[in-house]
Amino acid sequence: MCLAIPSKIVSINGKKGIVDMGGIKKEVGLDFIPEAKIGNWILLHTGFGLEIISEKDALETIEAINEAYHVMPDEY
Amino acid sequence: MNTKEFQNPKLIKKIVDRLKRNKRQISLMEVCGSHTMAIGKWGIRDLLPDNIKLISGPGCPVCVTPMSIIDASIDLKDVTIAIFGDLMRVPGEKGTLELARAKGLDVRIVYSPIDALKLAQEKETVFVGIGFETTIPGIAYTIREAYEKNIKNYSVLTSLKIVPPALELLASADDINLNGFILPGHVSVVTGANAYNFLPEKYNIGGIVTGFEPADILVSVDRLLQQVEKNEPKIENEYSRIVTPDGNKHAQKIMKEILEIDDGIWRGIGKIPKSELKIRKKYSDYDAAKKYNINIEYKEDKSGCQCGDVLKGNIIPPQCHLFEKVCTPSNPIGPCMVSSEGSCAAYYKYERKQ
Repeated sequence: MCLAIPSKIVSINGKKGIVDMGGIKKEVGLDFIPEAKIGNWILLHTGFGLEIISEKDALETIEAINEAYHVMPDEY
Repeated sequence: MNTKEFQNPKLIKKIVDRLKRNKRQISLMEVCGSHTMAIGKWGIRDLLPDNIKLISGPGCPVCVTPMSIIDASIDLKDVTIAIFGDLMRVPGEKGTLELARAKGLDVRIVYSPIDALKLAQEKETVFVGIGFETTIPGIAYTIREAYEKNIKNYSVLTSLKIVPPALELLASADDINLNGFILPGHVSVVTGANAYNFLPEKYNIGGIVTGFEPADILVSVDRLLQQVEKNEPKIENEYSRIVTPDGNKHAQKIMKEILEIDDGIWRGIGKIPKSELKIRKKYSDYDAAKKYNINIEYKEDKSGCQCGDVLKGNIIPPQCHLFEKVCTPSNPIGPCMVSSEGSCAAYYKYERKQ
């Protein structure tokens, strides 16, 4: 039930935003992430944005994992 | 966002190869329904050697919602009852809300607590607000909205559980030997990874907040194994692309403003001290338990369902004598088979051996 879905903000009006969920537009509450900007990927749960997803952290995490397990960039 | 790199088969194989070199007996518990699903979906148990056991804990809010909540909802008259869809088929002593709806009870499924508040514009509405930290801030938001906008015909029947006290119960239990926790991803978005620091400090047991891709989970198993080998239990955060050390302060603020900590009743487990958030006195007009004089108490499950033992990690779902024989997703006897994130439903869907 705690499943949260990554969604991209396409517009903002006050504390409400519109996200694009795979082509479906939905109004969401941005009360818990007031710093969110258009274009941000956010984690969405029951109609509320809970966090802004850091693409940079995602890339750093996978790079660190690949390095730890000696996976070369071309091994895909 | 592309998460395919966390599914890279060559990376997965290298992690698994390293895990297979370890011969130590180790038991790790995940306490998040989405992890339970991910472990089943990616076939993680089959990838791991026999000496590494993954156990599912009380990670599904629907599964731990007391029967009293279901029964009290069924008894409500002349109101709209708004629920999350997962709750529809969960049996109480008086049956399910699905059956009650078939008999005429006005039960509506909502995606968001905001949708429940909107229903109150039409008719007196009780929202059956259940969930962990991920869901609680949104429910608290609707209570504040109703209060500030003086919406009188909205109230919430709460079963709002917080995860750290349940972990404390499991970490301190004599009969459960755990070497580490795979900590919830989306609950931790709100709580922050530091919320679990008491585990190594007080109970000498480590944990890792992790994501839901196969590499996330396998790397977390490996890191917990390293903690055990070095005898250095600590809290790690593998899911830093979303989870921060201190969590979401805005979400935490509204939770504190509207709700206060109390003892909680967990279905299948019993009372866990200081594990539930209840509506503060200031907002008691929006507390359905007070508005409708509802008493939430612990009820023993008389169906023979062993969800309680599954939730505490005492047994795995196939060890329940009802599993697959009479209890299936189309005919669930207990809550762990109802919710798609329940351990029994995940086992049934992904891990039955033909």
